[in-house]
Amino acid sequence: MSGHAETVSNKALWGGGGSPFGISYGKMMMWFFLVSDALTFGGLLVAYGFIRHSSADAWPVGEQVFQSLPFLHGAYPLIYVALMTFILIISSVTMVLAVEAGHRMDKKGVIKWMGYTVVGGLFFIGSQVWEWSHFIHGSGGGFQISAPLSVTATNDKNESLPMNLTSGTWVHMTSDLGHAYEHALDHGDDIAIKDGNLVITSHAHHADAHDSHGHHDARAGAHDHAEATVQTLPLELVLNKYTLEHKDGVDYRDMHVTGADAEKLMKSMTANTLVFGANLSKNEYAVQQQYANFFFFITGFHGFHVCQGVIINLIIFIMALRGVFERRGHYEMVEKVGLFWHFVDLVWVFVFTFFYLV
Amino acid sequence: MERDDLIVNDSYSLNAHHSEEEGKEIRKKLYKVTIILTVLTILEIFMGVFFKRNGTFTWETIKLAFIILTLVKAAYIVLIFMHLGDERKNLKYVILLPYALFIMYLIFIGLYEGLAVQTNHTLFS
Repeated sequence: MSGHAETVSNKALWGGGGSPFGISYGKMMMWFFLVSDALTFGGLLVAYGFIRHSSADAWPVGEQVFQSLPFLHGAYPLIYVALMTFILIISSVTMVLAVEAGHRMDKKGVIKWMGYTVVGGLFFIGSQVWEWSHFIHGSGGGFQISAPLSVTATNDKNESLPMNLTSGTWVHMTSDLGHAYEHALDHGDDIAIKDGNLVITSHAHHADAHDSHGHHDARAGAHDHAEATVQTLPLELVLNKYTLEHKDGVDYRDMHVTGADAEKLMKSMTANTLVFGANLSKNEYAVQQQYANFFFFITGFHGFHVCQGVIINLIIFIMALRGVFERRGHYEMVEKVGLFWHFVDLVWVFVFTFFYLV
Repeated sequence: MERDDLIVNDSYSLNAHHSEEEGKEIRKKLYKVTIILTVLTILEIFMGVFFKRNGTFTWETIKLAFIILTLVKAAYIVLIFMHLGDERKNLKYVILLPYALFIMYLIFIGLYEGLAVQTNHTLFS
């Protein structure tokens, strides 16, 4: 907002005493830091682009991977990330309003808008925690099949299409089925596949022994027979759950397989390929582990910046509250942290495009 | 060492105070940019959800549209929110040009080499 006239002579500009750029040392260093930080993020996103372009296998599609909302069941593609983006944009607006209030020496305004900015930042971090936990937890899990199979699959328009799968094809479970399967594995229950159903038999004595740390007696042994429960779930598997598959004008995404065909697929599961969610060595979303690794690193590094930004904003908020800038005669410190905060927003705009949209 | 944030020097932006009326004008501009950024984001979501990446719209076109919209958003953030647009020309170009140069080269080489690696994979595996 400086609006300088460009009439100053070169000698006056570079001869010392004034800033040739018309800004203070601190603000210029903030800009230089942001340029270097932008190169770091640029490098990360280009590395992501390199891996994505060099991969011969299909890359997961953002709108198919990210389509869950907290507390709700069903598919809401990209809505959650859109919400996160919106939160960050709004907190960027409150930040620039704080800067504007600072230029008017309006202490109350600065405090109010800085406060909102901090709250917005905290909301964003919270959203990212949920996003990460959902990504790590997964939505059903998947596995590879060990032999070539031919199955009939149904798409969302209820068209049944024959599909020939090669061995090693990734097959995913629907989230209800997958979570029941994972739960059964974690608890050591018996898992059987019968008549197109997943049959889980849980043994009560197992849980008892676990609870009482091995202090179970004969009475508990008699007890567990009565409490063994059987859960029957219809098998429902999904082909091309996260990847784009489009051949000859036919949409092959999200193809559901049930009944005998699903049973065939389950029985052909290659044992050590079953994975739920994502971690640093396995993930259900892509054949390429780099997909999960880049998700963790890029959104994680951005989230780290947001955390720093919130802390710095909080410090400036407290300083404004205590009247430090009022005494100093200007609110330039608000402007400097504002630059950093807008930069965090700027980076998110690019992460949003290249990780979720494109 | 002298602290430059304490110096009263008219050529510094830290003395860029403005009046109530000017403030009103600036806020008006900021709200306008807020609306533009929100609308662009909503537009991106709609495009992402509704264009089913089939024959009707070529995916390459949509991808290009996403990148252009992103650059427009980035320009608004940098020029208005970070008010680089109001800074002196020399500062503006010292920030933007070296970065643009490096990043364009990086994007070119990253994607070009990436595609070359993919071609080799498909040819020799």
